[in-house]
Amino acid sequence: MGFLLGFAATLLAVVLIVQIIRVFELTSKLSGNDQSKVSFKDNRTRAFSWLLFMIWYFALFIWVVQKWGPLVLPEAASVHGETIDFLFNLNWVIILIAFIITHLVLITFILRYYARPGSKAEFITHNNKLEMIWTVVPAAVLAVIIIYGLKTWDEYNGDVAGDAINIELYAKQFDWTARFAGDDDQLGKANFNFINTSNPLGLVTEQTIKIRIQELNDQIAELKEELNHVPKDGLKESQKLAAIHHKETQLSKIHAFRRNNELAKNAAKDDKLVKVEFHIPVGRQVNFSMRSQDVIHSAFMPHFRAQMNCVPGMVTRMRFTPTITTAEMRRKTGNPEFDYLLLCNKVCGAAHYNMQMNVIVDTPEDYAKWLAEQTTFNAKLMATLGLSETDNQLAQNIQ
Amino acid sequence: MSNTAHAADHHAEDHHQETFISKYVFSQDHKMIAKQFLVTGMFMATIGMLMSTLFRIQLAWPGEGFAVLNFFLGDKWAPEGVMDPNMYLALGTIHGTIMVFFLLTAGLSGTFANLLIPYQIGARDMASGFMNMLSYWLFAASSVIMVLSLFVETGPASAGWTVYPPLSALPQAMPGSGLGMTLWLVSMTLFIASSMIGGLNYIVTIVNLRTSGMSMTRLPLTIWALLVTAILGLLSFPVLLSAALLLLFDRSFGTSFYLSDIFIAGEALDYNGGSPILFEHLFWFLGHPEVYIILLPALGLTSEIIATNARKPIFGYKAMIGSILAIAFLSFIVWGHHMFLTGMDPFLGSVFTFTTLLIAIPSAVKVFNYLTTLYKANIRFTPAMMFSLGMVSTFISGGLTGIILADAALDITVHDTYFVVAHFHIVMGFSAVNAMFAGVYHWFPKMYGRMMNQKLGIIHFWATLISGYGVFLPMHFLGLAGVPRRYYTNSEFPLFDSFIDMNVLMTVFAIIAALAQFIFFFNFFYSMKRGPVAPQNPWRSNTLEWTTPVEHIHGNWPGDLPVVHRWPYDYSKPGKAEDFVPQIVPLEEGEVDGEH
Ligand code: HEM
Ligand SMILES: [Cu+2]
Ligand SMILES: [Cu+2]
Repeated sequence: MGFLLGFAATLLAVVLIVQIIRVFELTSKLSGNDQSKVSFKDNRTRAFSWLLFMIWYFALFIWVVQKWGPLVLPEAASVHGETIDFLFNLNWVIILIAFIITHLVLITFILRYYARPGSKAEFITHNNKLEMIWTVVPAAVLAVIIIYGLKTWDEYNGDVAGDAINIELYAKQFDWTARFAGDDDQLGKANFNFINTSNPLGLVTEQTIKIRIQELNDQIAELKEELNHVPKDGLKESQKLAAIHHKETQLSKIHAFRRNNELAKNAAKDDKLVKVEFHIPVGRQVNFSMRSQDVIHSAFMPHFRAQMNCVPGMVTRMRFTPTITTAEMRRKTGNPEFDYLLLCNKVCGAAHYNMQMNVIVDTPEDYAKWLAEQTTFNAKLMATLGLSETDNQLAQNIQ
Repeated sequence: MSNTAHAADHHAEDHHQETFISKYVFSQDHKMIAKQFLVTGMFMATIGMLMSTLFRIQLAWPGEGFAVLNFFLGDKWAPEGVMDPNMYLALGTIHGTIMVFFLLTAGLSGTFANLLIPYQIGARDMASGFMNMLSYWLFAASSVIMVLSLFVETGPASAGWTVYPPLSALPQAMPGSGLGMTLWLVSMTLFIASSMIGGLNYIVTIVNLRTSGMSMTRLPLTIWALLVTAILGLLSFPVLLSAALLLLFDRSFGTSFYLSDIFIAGEALDYNGGSPILFEHLFWFLGHPEVYIILLPALGLTSEIIATNARKPIFGYKAMIGSILAIAFLSFIVWGHHMFLTGMDPFLGSVFTFTTLLIAIPSAVKVFNYLTTLYKANIRFTPAMMFSLGMVSTFISGGLTGIILADAALDITVHDTYFVVAHFHIVMGFSAVNAMFAGVYHWFPKMYGRMMNQKLGIIHFWATLISGYGVFLPMHFLGLAGVPRRYYTNSEFPLFDSFIDMNVLMTVFAIIAALAQFIFFFNFFYSMKRGPVAPQNPWRSNTLEWTTPVEHIHGNWPGDLPVVHRWPYDYSKPGKAEDFVPQIVPLEEGEVDGEH
């Protein structure tokens, strides 16, 4: 169907062009060949073609507003979002007025002042008073927008509430992980040197320290072994030496972590990591911190009017207070399938287009229930490793 | 005099001073170089346009197989006619790069600065013909490299025309960041060198080589715009060059300017302490002035064309110069509006909101001046005039949405969505393309000594304007629904499903727009050979270029250089026999020059 449509359009256009060229060759032979003059008749036709265009343009605008206007984002589902929407609407009013007036003036002048037999232009070079007015009026309107806009921006960047929930959004090619604090109400430390398959966020706990130390030691040993046995090959050898050096540096950083973060190192143990979907309670501020594993991503939650880039090497933040639960929003939009979305909004590679998570806004009770059901990081880690005695084994190896 | 006669000359006397090579290839004549820029720009634009139709097909019918896609992209990038997601990103990246830099920077400024600066200021040529030639050939080399990068095994650069690292820095992040990205950087380095050499030459020429009587306040607005554009380029392109060089270092020599704490493809990388945000600052420090490097020449050309065809002085000549200068100055302190959501200090965001909204004032002044120029005018609708009026419409339509984007608080919801794509395509892409077409239709007689066909020009105009709006007007609503840009398909989100028919509509318009350009190509090449021979001053215009002979000669004027006696906008001046008074006509007793 789609193919047919595209094909038909293409065909139509080709036919059109062939016809146009035919007509062109005929008429240019018939009519005189002076292409620097515009006859009064043509001039009039062209002036009125602008009228047709304006009608079409405004009609298109109205049609588009009617057809797709209802599909724009529903009302904001956050406290600051309501202010943003108000500012948005204010801007729309100003923009539409400016758009309509300028286009009406344009078409009026075109129709009023196209050259016709005996017509003449008037020699007008400038008018200080007029120019002053149209500098000052936009400036005044802009002042309103600026002042109101900066107030709204400040509100968005406002202080963290005392009872805010801390959530980390962790981005990587091509999915999201949301991390909630455990019973200690604290998000544990994380560092990219700790990342491996069992610990994609690089969380720092007693266990992950041990696992990484053992892993790196093994890898270094293996590389050294290879160096001794594999026949000499300049390039490969220098690559391996570099790899060994790199891993030794990592190791020393991990040891440093171990020494310096005695206190913090277990805070991550009871953190809860969720994928695909996460819940937040209505009416309580959510304080997001964001990290990225690889390239820049952007955490975009359009329904909450919230967005912030996730940049490797730094932690970025944003916060908002949701005001409408998912259930309520489903009712309001009349769409039983409605879900709030977290999208990636900074191009990050091949599957950028499908890097998403659902956000469920719950009542506080439902939220508490949901959170209690989530398993902790440590429990999951132990489960993947098989045994809890791994712990002891690891401990022995490291000594 | 026909070209064949010339060719015969050359065969007859090979030792003739002007060989084929020195006349058509390594020419140092500004008129020839202008034509070289134009044709190269048109060639690149055709590639860019084809790319956009290909990715629009994917967006309208995601996942469906198309023989055309397979034909152009081959089995590797479009197996069974279904576009590969990496190729989708690559096409968008190169499309953007070509259109922004190769067409609307080099193609637009290169063509009209070279053609018009010596002509309109009354100079025999550019200050340095050699540098001018160098500028073109560096541009040609960078075009060749950019085109070659399309054929690299791992694909061309794909991280978007803004090439943000780490995505653009690490081949592990996407295949396009391998050799393709290296070639992109090499190509852009040459491109920047070309722009700077060209720009320096334009500035020196305008400042030093104005003919007697051509004071700064008698310069046509085209020249003012081109002068300020060249200054903008000279001050901002070096920053892009440093950004590109540092990226090259990070990619090839293991430095950490932009990279830190990265784990990718199963490995923690050995980069420490760099920041991708640094790159964004450097990039947009050029990037924002760059949008005005594109727009100002467009405004300059249309000012000239509108005054000529309205048969009326441009309204508020000095105010127009003032707003060009104000826009140029402000354009250096607004770049942060592309970075509101990068984690930049919110206070800095406030400052950039403030400066960005200030730009709207001189922009508004320009619009009002255009409109008032039409008041009590005697408008003649040549194709150039139609395109110029089209630009007035697109500049308004697209500029207004900038007010929303400029507000950091509102940008939260629309940043990086299709709303931005709609905004900048209309205000920058569409406006500058309109102005460029206007310029070609208007100055074609000066370039090729022949006239283009008006009827075809008008058809081309309406097809372009209508299909352009057909693509970009609906697109705003995609953005307002929260649909991000640079998505291979929107079909992964049930929420966006209802937009599929809009995507089809936009694609159909995009295809029509692309086909409409062939009307132009036909008109252009046909008229070049077979168009009616141009009169000396076909549009009855005041500026100096129309006092030169139709045939191109070295040095532009056969005898002495013309002497300028008045500003360029004496159209329909009371008490004159004609409705135009060329700049070379002396003032009468008691006649006042300029604005009054
Ligand atoms: C007049 C000529 C203008 C041009 C040529 C222009 C061009 C552009 C371009 C190319 C972008 C897209 C950058 C990207 O994300 O890749 C852009 C975005 C933007 N424009 Fe304009 N613009 C113009 C006018 C305005 C005006 C008048 C304003 C404000 C009053 C404005 C404000 C913005 C803002 C804030 C963005 C960033 C939006 C975002 O990335 O979220 N622009 N513009
Ligand atoms: Cu992403
Ligand atoms: Cu900008």
